[in-house]
Amino acid sequence: MDQLLNDFSPGLFFMQAIILLVLILLMRKFAWKPILDSLQNREEGIQNALDSAEKAKLEMQNLQADNERLLQEARVERETMLKEARDIKNKMIEEAKSEAETQANKLIEQAQTAIEGEKKAAMAELKSHVAGLSLEIAEKILNEELAGKDKQLNLVESMIGDAKLN
Amino acid sequence: MSLVSKGMMVAKKSIKFIAVLVLMMTSISALANGGEHDQEGHGKGDKIDTPEKINAYIKHHLQDSHDFHLYTNHETGVHYGFPLPVIVWTSEGLKVFMSSEFHHDDNGHVIVEKGGVQLTKIHSKIYELEAGAHQVQFDDHHHPTNAHKVLDFSITKSVVGMLLAGLLMILGFGALAKGYKKGAIPTGMGRVLEPLVIYVRDEIARPNIGEKKYRKFMSFLLTVFFFIWILNLLGLTPLGFNVTGQIAVTVCLAIFTAIIYLTSGSKDFWVHTLWMPGVPVVLRPILAVIELIGFVLIKPFSLLIRLFANMTAGHFVVMSLIALMITMKEAFGPVASTGMSFVLALFISVIEILVAFLQAFIFTMLSSLFIGMAVEEHDHH
Repeated sequence: MDQLLNDFSPGLFFMQAIILLVLILLMRKFAWKPILDSLQNREEGIQNALDSAEKAKLEMQNLQADNERLLQEARVERETMLKEARDIKNKMIEEAKSEAETQANKLIEQAQTAIEGEKKAAMAELKSHVAGLSLEIAEKILNEELAGKDKQLNLVESMIGDAKLN
Repeated sequence: MSLVSKGMMVAKKSIKFIAVLVLMMTSISALANGGEHDQEGHGKGDKIDTPEKINAYIKHHLQDSHDFHLYTNHETGVHYGFPLPVIVWTSEGLKVFMSSEFHHDDNGHVIVEKGGVQLTKIHSKIYELEAGAHQVQFDDHHHPTNAHKVLDFSITKSVVGMLLAGLLMILGFGALAKGYKKGAIPTGMGRVLEPLVIYVRDEIARPNIGEKKYRKFMSFLLTVFFFIWILNLLGLTPLGFNVTGQIAVTVCLAIFTAIIYLTSGSKDFWVHTLWMPGVPVVLRPILAVIELIGFVLIKPFSLLIRLFANMTAGHFVVMSLIALMITMKEAFGPVASTGMSFVLALFISVIEILVAFLQAFIFTMLSSLFIGMAVEEHDHH
């Protein structure tokens, strides 16, 4: 301890204090402050860059998810549209079919009615014609047959024969 | 293109460096020549070859010195080195002269007359002789009886070391700071220095002081860290600085730390130090005394003694191992003793390189720890 105290030089202490103080102040002004500031700026820059990269990645992911969702929606929509179209098509075909059927049935009915009518008319006409003809023939025959007495007798005889046959 | 210009720059720089080196060499030899004729009665052929002399030599080296001594030719008695300015505050005011006026004397034989005061140098300390005395008289313990120490503001070897360390720091880190103006990534030397700055910030200051407040103390911590480290490393060079082994230097560093943490203490810190909550009232004054002694005396003392003792011990061990070469010559022969000394000294020097960093780290670490204790704010109350 005595040795230590003896070795202690107040002058050197003083010089050291001055030098250290001046050195701290000089270094602070010309070295530490700019160095630490630059380091901090750089680190903040790096941090910001990393942050923004992360953000961009997140945004990209969101965008991708959006795209995926839109695509999905579009796909679903297409599906429904296709389905609707198919339904409509089927329905239309169905309707057309039934329409056509009814139409055809109606036509057939009409045709049948018309045919029936025509048939009836034709029958009636035929009947009247046949009646007329029969009358004419009967008149002619009567005229012919009844021209002489023999003939009238013959006729009566043949008619009786016919009647017998019937 | 850039490679070529870079190569040119490197070449230019190394040429500059060599030029400076050559200049230094010539000035040293010039100084040495200047001192050649000044030898008087200072042990011509006085080789350091006995354990006592080695011990004295090591002790002498561990002390600060007033001239920059590199080598002594014991055949001719010529000292190689250069003198440094002596600045002392005597009873007659400030005196400035070069240390060469002491003619390398360190035992109070040479007395320098300066404007009415007689000054002499004994064991690296400058004494002023009392009026009327013409020779230093010593008591049994080799303490001078008719002279007293003066306030010595000399540019001693330690001060030169500190200035050199400061210069290196300003140049190196100034260049790093300037480098940031060109781009965010440093180039050249800055690539080495920047991680060190980041290391001090992220491993020492931030965890101990806290994210919010560390910024304020960075200038001190960084300066002290690099200052101590560079001085420790300078101490390992053959130039033989022992700046951080000077008790005055470590005292100063520790006092700086103490002033910083005592002046920046938070309200919580003082409450906890002086009137500890949650402790019986009777015990509180006792605790306050203990805490105060701890913060004002023990903590700075541990800082200064740790650094001083480690560096001094390191120098002592390295020099003792080198001295083995001489002390063991008798027992083992020159080759074996030199080999042993070389291997051991190399081993310890490698460890000393680690210690140089470690002590700088520990000093800064503990400083920031104490600062952290002082600025800490407790949320719970």
